[in-house]
Formats: sequence, C-alpha cells, structure tokens
Amino acid sequence: MAHRSVYRGLLFASPWIVGFLVFQLVPIIASAYYSFTNFNLFQDPQFVGLHNYQRLTSDDLFWKSLFNTVYLTVFGVPISLTAALIAALALNMRVRGQWFFRTVVFLPTVVPVVAATYIWRWLLNGQYGFVNEALAAAHLGQPLWLDDPPWTKPALILMSLWVTGSAMIVFLAALQDVPGIYYEAATIDGAGLWAKFRHITIPLISPVILFETIIAGIFTLQYFTQAYLLSQTRFNAASGGPENSLLVYGLYLFQQGFVNLNMGYASAMAWVLLFVALAGTLLLLRLSRNRVFYAGE
Amino acid sequence: MRASDAVAVEIRSPNGILPKVEHPTLGRASALAARYLVLFGIAALYLFPFAVVVSTSLKPATEIFSLPPRLGSDHWTFDNYKAAFDAMPFWRYLFNTGFISTVTVIGQLFSSSIVAYSLAKIRWRGRDALLILIVATMMLPPQVTMIPVYIAWNRIGLTGTYLPLLVPQFFGNAFFIFMLRQFFRGIPEELLDSARLDGASELRIYWSIVLPLARPALVALAIFAFMWAWTDFLLPLIYINDPQQYTLSIGLYSFFSEHGVAWGALMAAATLMSAPLIVVFLFGQRQFLQGIAFTGIK
Repeated sequence: MAHRSVYRGLLFASPWIVGFLVFQLVPIIASAYYSFTNFNLFQDPQFVGLHNYQRLTSDDLFWKSLFNTVYLTVFGVPISLTAALIAALALNMRVRGQWFFRTVVFLPTVVPVVAATYIWRWLLNGQYGFVNEALAAAHLGQPLWLDDPPWTKPALILMSLWVTGSAMIVFLAALQDVPGIYYEAATIDGAGLWAKFRHITIPLISPVILFETIIAGIFTLQYFTQAYLLSQTRFNAASGGPENSLLVYGLYLFQQGFVNLNMGYASAMAWVLLFVALAGTLLLLRLSRNRVFYAGE
Repeated sequence: MRASDAVAVEIRSPNGILPKVEHPTLGRASALAARYLVLFGIAALYLFPFAVVVSTSLKPATEIFSLPPRLGSDHWTFDNYKAAFDAMPFWRYLFNTGFISTVTVIGQLFSSSIVAYSLAKIRWRGRDALLILIVATMMLPPQVTMIPVYIAWNRIGLTGTYLPLLVPQFFGNAFFIFMLRQFFRGIPEELLDSARLDGASELRIYWSIVLPLARPALVALAIFAFMWAWTDFLLPLIYINDPQQYTLSIGLYSFFSEHGVAWGALMAAATLMSAPLIVVFLFGQRQFLQGIAFTGIK
C-alpha cells in the first residue's frame, strides 16, 4: 500500500518533476559547463577553464552593472516595501467604500510592464513631464531624471512605487490576521497609535515582511525589462542609459548573451548572480534571526 | 477588532480613570474625515498617471508639448488611436497575445492543479521534500536557465516559434502549485475518503471532487497566468523574430523604437494594450486579490 501511494504521488507530481529536470536542473548543469567555455551559438563550445570568470573581475561594465543592481536592491526594496506597508495600513482602516481604494491602489500593478514603463518615460520627461511640473508647483528642484546619470536609478525606484500592489495586498492580508484583542488591550493601557504599530503590528507581521523582502530582493536582482525599456534608444538597442547608469545586471547579461552572443561569458555572469542571490538571502535570514517573531514558537 | 472602539470607551483603564473621550460625535466625525482624506490622497496619487495617459492619448500633438503641461484640452481627438492602428497590426498582435495567454492558462490549470493534488491530498513519503524543492526553485534567478534553454531550443530549430513560450506552461509553475496546494488543503479529507471507500480512483477524485470545489483558486490562477503571459516581455523578445508573430508587448516596443517621440500615439497604444487586462482585473478582482494573499505571490 505504501509503495503504491509513493508511486501514485510521484505520478501525479510528474509534470512538475519532468519540467524541473528538463527546464531547470539540466539547464543549470549546462549553464555551469558553458560558463567554462567560449560559445557563440554557431561554433562548438571551446573549453577555456576559468577564463570567463577572470575576465569578469577586470570588466568595468560588469562591476558597474553589479553596482547598479545592488543600488536598486539596497535602496529600492526598503523604499517600495515601506510604501506598500503604508498603503496597506491606510487600506486596512475601517471605512465604508474601502474596496474602491484597494482596487485603485492595485490597478497600476495590472498595467503591462511595457506600457507602464513608457507611461513613466512620458511622466518623467524633463521638460514636458508632469512629475517635474508637480515638483515645480511645490518649489522643489526638477532633475532631468532619465537624462541625468545620478537621477536615473531614483527614477526607476519612483516608478516602482506605482506598482507595489502585490506587496500591499500581502501586507493587508497579514494586517487583517492580527488579533484585534491585542490592540484593545494596548488601548486600555494607554498606548498611542505609534506604540501599537511599533510593538504589536510590526512584530506580528514580521515574518511576512521578511518573506516580502526576500522575494522583492530576488526580484530586483533579476531586474531587466524596466531598465531595458527606459534606456532603449532604437530597436534591439538598449543603451544602458546615460553613462551606463541604467545598465543593471540582467541587462548587461542579456547584452553579452543575446546581443554579442557571448553565451559562455553570460553563463558565467548568471552563476555569479546565483551566488549573489544566495548570499543575499542567507545574509538577510541571519540578520533577521532575532528580529522576526513567529507566533507558533 | 470590530468592538475595540466601544470597549475602549466603556472599560475603565487600570488606574481607575475613565479614558479620555473627546466630544463623542465631533471627534468621531473628524477622525472619519481624516481617514477619507488620507485614502482619497493615496487614490489620487495612484490614479494620476492614468489620467495623464488617457489625456495625452486624446490630445493633438500641438497640445501635448505645451508648457506648462496640463491635463485638459481644447481639441479632444481620436487621431492618436487612428495613428496607433495605422502604425501597427494591432488586431494581429491582440490575437497573438490572446492565443499565447489562453494556451498558458489551459496548460497551467491542468498541470499545476494535478501536482498540487499530489502535494495536498495524496499521502506519500517524499512529498514534503518535493514541496521544499518546489518552493526553493522560486528563488532561482531565471537568468541561470535562460541561456542553456535558449541554446537547446535553437539547436532543435524551434526558436522563432511560440513553442519555447508555450511548452513549459504544461509542466506546472512553482507559484501556482503552491497557491493551489494551500487551497486544496482546506478541502475536508472525509469527503475524499468516502469517495475512496466507494472505489473512486485518485484521478476521478481529483477531477470530480477537488477541482469543482477549488473553483475560486482556479479562477485566481487563470487570471494570474493570463496576466503574466499577456505582459511578458523578455521571452517574446528572445524567441520571436517575425513581426507577424509579435505580441502586444513587443509590438508596443517596436512602435516606440520607430516613433519614439509620438507620445500621443504611444499613449493611445499603451491604453489599448492595458484595457483588456484592466477589464479582466475588475471582473475577477476578488479571487485575484485573495489568490495573492494566499501565497504572498508576486
């Protein structure tokens, strides 16, 4: 009986298992192999040992792209998750018609990324854009955004604030799971709004915050489409933006692999990315060890 | 939580002094007003870009580049939509995108649900290990597999077709499997056990008991899969070369490449491309939002 159920379980799970082998495990191994070769798709791969990895260490664009991606992860993730949490707190208030506001905040997340990115290219237009118009109305400085190297990455982060809907919904669900009795007890003890947020809300939703941080971090490390479209000048030509300030890691990997057809070199880059993602996740888990509160323990 | 306000007012605080209650109706009314003020402020921020897009798409070129920029217009026009239709075979792209999205939904509905059934409803040794493996693959950057998979499709001569986009959809997706597994676990075991006693096969239980009960989760999955396929940019960019096969994403991208500063037509095209998804979202939003909350999915 036990044997039969293992057989049955595997049979039902077989679509994923086969897909995993064909589209993930074998490619990962192949990718490791290609990373030790020179391969341009038309000739057979040539084994070159660690050459690709050595070349990476002296490739300025590699370091630039790594810097850009780390910049976006370190600044972008906390900023956009904070915005999502603030929105979730507001959308958790008990008022009539709340469904309308939740729909509105989620709506931009539904807009196809290509359309959303062009919309922001227009909004961030240095001369005719509405963002600078709003800044002018508030008597603030008006950067040239996508044309000014120090401002391109903040522009990307600003754009990401518009599409925080998914994180917002997850936070909202977590907030609704916090038992109301805790707040009632705190109110009786005379706790203010901030104290309740700091000592009840944050600890109780901290596992969700950690999960969202890891997911958003991994997502940002893979960033590609938005940077590609914001720095695009012609068809199949994403420039990387002024002074390569938008050349994120995924974009440089794409250029090496699919534009220059340096498949071996791009595979080496992919493996470095895998290790960065792994190291980042472990670091985050370690840093959070004493700060995340699991109700079950 | 519902009773918290009333409780706070009625129960004495520990030191025996009644909690300070401001003018009851006035205080409550102004608190409510403050809440709505915050909510409408947030809504305005999120809606404003939509207003700009629609307004830009309905303006003549002469007004688009006006200083200072403004939302209103003296000469509303549909010319930009006409220009967008003239510049690209919109209906062709719409059909291509719809085709890819539909096949993706069908493939994911069947493959992800049967794997989720194995993980949630069949008791077998090794299933917990498999679940951990599936969740772990969510962390894998797609760039690692992208290049070898492309090389393989290229070697068997199938780049330039939809197959590299469609075939993987029939092998399940880690996010969807996890989402459905969470939902399936809520379906009472007694229901399945009594069917098993009656001699029903697992396949039959999966098909005639679990799937009908899981309709809300399946709807959420379908909306997700549809939207992801509809919006995808990287895979069509890599695999599709023939303009006749372009999806809306690639079509919009090539339109921008050729007519970069034609903002009016570009915003019209962006509106046309987004509208179907917004409609799908508005119809299915309840299931959709619940689906996200289920897994913490992105």
